[in-house]
Amino acid sequence: MTAAVPTPALQEELATVEPATITGRARKRLTSRWASLAALVIAVLWTLPTFGLLLTSFRPENDIRTSGWWNWFSDPQLTLDNYDEVLYGGTSLSTYFINSIIITIPSVIIPVSIACLASYAFAWMRFPFRDTLFVAVFALQIVPLQVALIPLLRIYVDADLNGTFWPLWISHTIFALPLAIFLLHNFMREVPAELMEAARVDGAGHVTIFTRIMVPLVTPAIAAFAIFQFLWVWNDLLVAITMATGAQDIQPLTARLAELSGSRGSTWHLLSAGAFVSIVIPVIVFVFLQRYFVRGLLAGSVKG
Amino acid sequence: MDNFEKFGQMALAIALFVGVMGAILLLVGRAKRRVDIWQSLAFVLPALLLLGIGLIYPAVRTIYQSFFDRTSDSFVGLDNYSDIFTDSAMLVVLRNTAVWVILTPILATFIGLVYAVLVDRARIEAAAKAVIFLPMAISLVGASIIWRYVYEYRPDQQNIEQVGLLNQILVWLGMEPRHFLVDTPLNTVFLIVVMVWVQAGFAMTVLSAAIKAIPSDITEAAQLDGLTGVRMVRYITVPSIRPALVVVLTTISIGTLKVFDIVRTMTGGQFDTSVVANEFYTQGFQLGDTGLASTLAVLLFVLVIPIVVYNVRQLRKADYR
Repeated sequence: MTAAVPTPALQEELATVEPATITGRARKRLTSRWASLAALVIAVLWTLPTFGLLLTSFRPENDIRTSGWWNWFSDPQLTLDNYDEVLYGGTSLSTYFINSIIITIPSVIIPVSIACLASYAFAWMRFPFRDTLFVAVFALQIVPLQVALIPLLRIYVDADLNGTFWPLWISHTIFALPLAIFLLHNFMREVPAELMEAARVDGAGHVTIFTRIMVPLVTPAIAAFAIFQFLWVWNDLLVAITMATGAQDIQPLTARLAELSGSRGSTWHLLSAGAFVSIVIPVIVFVFLQRYFVRGLLAGSVKG
Repeated sequence: MDNFEKFGQMALAIALFVGVMGAILLLVGRAKRRVDIWQSLAFVLPALLLLGIGLIYPAVRTIYQSFFDRTSDSFVGLDNYSDIFTDSAMLVVLRNTAVWVILTPILATFIGLVYAVLVDRARIEAAAKAVIFLPMAISLVGASIIWRYVYEYRPDQQNIEQVGLLNQILVWLGMEPRHFLVDTPLNTVFLIVVMVWVQAGFAMTVLSAAIKAIPSDITEAAQLDGLTGVRMVRYITVPSIRPALVVVLTTISIGTLKVFDIVRTMTGGQFDTSVVANEFYTQGFQLGDTGLASTLAVLLFVLVIPIVVYNVRQLRKADYR
């Protein structure tokens, strides 16, 4: 786990390596015809399943029932009916879409802020057992979520929070903290001590240094983590189905889709459109914030 | 709850949170002395409290419960543990988990490496990589639905066309369509394909960065010695990126151990496809066996530790070289 979390130095390397080597060496075509062919085969294998289901989601229901998506090319007909039905019909995915948004936004803001405070303290404040506590937080990254779920649910039930969004917000916050603190701490440690010393001489306290110097300087790291956390929460199924069982009021898209896939496994006009309703947000994030996205995913690849 | 009410709740939660954070910053900002334990406490305590109550206490409690029966009422010693290793259904779960953890990292890393080498410095490198990386953005639930459609089976009768791509290919080749997700033991492999499809992008990205970091004098010297193609990869590329390979392999195997979304969405653990992480959910949240579920969670934890230790050790070695 620790290994996959790129240090600031490695991240720097990941970011700068590409342009440097490309300008250094002339770009070449794929080495040989066979190599191009092999790359093409992999690329096609990786896109075809998604493409097939995407095309299916726009085909009329009756066509989907009777033939595969490749028949579309001989009988091209497109419709948005499936999306209309899956969003506003009996499956009412629009409700779950809203739920996903409601769950995700606080589940990103809260852990990121708490982790910023804690990592600043671990990086630049002095207090007893600081290093021991940091190692402990760092080690918590390896704990699988499963180990905490059953007792955690018990706590929520006892606190009468069950059936509200709170268990989801709190759980996602807790599960995000070890990675977030570790990551942000590494970046905050890299900020030159002279900068802080200068601010101190000018009479700045910890709060001023934190808000005026530290947070602006590590914003890229915060953004990368926030994007990772956003996708993690949006795509999560485990926390969703344990903390929001069967409640239409609070269940996110993933939980509803998994349920549909089990109970109405062959209603492909609904499943295909439903899948893409849940996929569209991450893909938009991917396209527009690709760089942060890749960094965030690499950093968080062992979470959970 | 209507949407208005939900957004209201969210706004309230965020406002509450901002209030608490603001209060902390304000109070600490007022403090006169610079080195003060109370300032530090105000900064770390929210995180430490949450981790203590939400992660450490539950983990300890889970370990405790693993020695109790299904309702956590009476102490049963190691019975849950011996059940896992003797019950025939559980042995299937363990076997499947082993197959997942062995196959997924190897296949994903291999494909990621091959692809990274193939597209390295190609003209369309960025686009070619995005294609492989994209599945990582999709939820595992979404990925499972995409692949369930590829595997979709229709009975082999007159007038019934296959709608799943794979079965249609079988029909085109003159073979019988088959139940990819039902027929054991190969169905586990078809589930693993989904995880490989998702993880290859991760492997490719990390390995590609490592390949680009190989000093060019090494590759140029090898080229002068006449090394090309597969031999170049075998003798220069792979040894040079060994630490990155280890990181990728171990990271994927940790992720694979804990994955349950794919099994849950595609088969629900039926047809002998369950894995430890899925069985945890089934036992704990569907069959209400807290004891057995806790034991499975502990098992997961115990299985992750050696991989992490190995990972850290390899990194140390790489650093000291």
